[in-house]
Amino acid sequence: MSPEPSLRDRFKLGLDAPICLTWELTYACNLACVHCLSSSGRRDPRELSTAEAKRIIDEMVEMQIFYVNIGGGEPMVRTDFFELLEYATEKNVGVKFSTNGTRITADNAEYLAGLGYLDIQISLDGADATTNDHVRGEGSYAAALAAMEHLMAAKFGEFKISVVVTRHNAAQLDAFQALADHYGAQLRLTRLRPSGRGVDVWDELHPTAQQQRDLYTWLLDHPQTLTGDSFFHLNALGDPIDGLNLCGAGRVVCLIDPIGDVYACPFVIHDEFLAGNVRNEGGFAAVWRESELFRELREPGSAGACTSCGSYDACQGGCMAAKFFTGLPLDGPDPECVLGHGEAALKAQKVAIIPRPLGDHSKPVRVSVASH
Amino acid sequence: MPLNGSQSHQDFDATLNWKLSPDVAIRPEQFGALAYHYGNRRLVFLKSKDLVQLVQDLANYESASAAIAATIAPNNQQSYVAALARLALSEVLVVS
Repeated sequence: MSPEPSLRDRFKLGLDAPICLTWELTYACNLACVHCLSSSGRRDPRELSTAEAKRIIDEMVEMQIFYVNIGGGEPMVRTDFFELLEYATEKNVGVKFSTNGTRITADNAEYLAGLGYLDIQISLDGADATTNDHVRGEGSYAAALAAMEHLMAAKFGEFKISVVVTRHNAAQLDAFQALADHYGAQLRLTRLRPSGRGVDVWDELHPTAQQQRDLYTWLLDHPQTLTGDSFFHLNALGDPIDGLNLCGAGRVVCLIDPIGDVYACPFVIHDEFLAGNVRNEGGFAAVWRESELFRELREPGSAGACTSCGSYDACQGGCMAAKFFTGLPLDGPDPECVLGHGEAALKAQKVAIIPRPLGDHSKPVRVSVASH
Repeated sequence: MPLNGSQSHQDFDATLNWKLSPDVAIRPEQFGALAYHYGNRRLVFLKSKDLVQLVQDLANYESASAAIAATIAPNNQQSYVAALARLALSEVLVVS
């Protein structure tokens, strides 16, 4: 027997515990990015307490979940954020958290640099203030760069600059890389999804077909770039980009939201993809191992409308969330299918029935960082 | 001592006394296991249960070659040397 059977096929059947667990700690946020996946803004009054959050970390230890990706909302606005950070890292659960950087003051940077086993991702969606602030709000570029300065001054080490690739910043990849090099940071590029508030800006912001081809080439030329495995739909263009290259939803990936709801992935906060809640008996482990939704997602799927396409093995039909929130069938092409099948399917929609994301936590009025 | 990244797995010396790094945790899975290195934070997949067993048994033998000779069928031994070499590169294995 070869020691290397197809891992992708094994992963499709699911694992005993997720490889990539995302945990949105709060829906509260001091920004109001137009593409926010979780429609964040206001804190949900049902938010998990500190004790409940610690119980989830205990479960991670038991399930040997080696690290967790924490996000929000803005996780640093939780008053127990540092307490939870220490609780996790002391138990050898590594934390990678995403932040807009507004709370990374010089003092906080010093503190974070002193903690072991911690990664930080600063979100930035433009290589200049105009491009970034159009998406993330006025003052957010300056705030993110100030955070990076503080981390560098505190000798935090290699943090990540996390960029959602859009039509407006797709031509700035070299500039993002230069910025990362300047700060001794690592560049992470991820895909724009029509999830959360993203559904409202998808048409304006999602990269053009040409930009997608350029992005693919750029990623092959810069293999050290982190992608969170989010661009596997581009693999139909040729050699695969480094990564697992499959939709991991409910198989190797899932999301715990601020009120303990467990979704198949961070991009599908919608009832259709709700697997259970960690507050119920059996906690997170029971949801991961026994939920009916996850069991279905782990069953071998059909390629549907993509069956006759020679590239299906390369792109796997793309991203479930991108299809769902553009009204396309889940067993059809990705809306950004690089062979144009998605565009054709979108045009063929007689009446687009677009599912709206549930649980909108947006604030009624957009705020700028400067006003805080 | 861990190998550094510039070395290729051709440089793997199977006559040395390799063993699982104390910085690595193993999580068993149906396909084999996940190996997580707390130092370099890399996640590595052990793609068969035989490989997991071999990695865990290494410390009981005087060398990686001896462990492979004793536990792996002759036809498969070469591919297991290659698998161990990759694990050494990612510092999952260290020389004791």
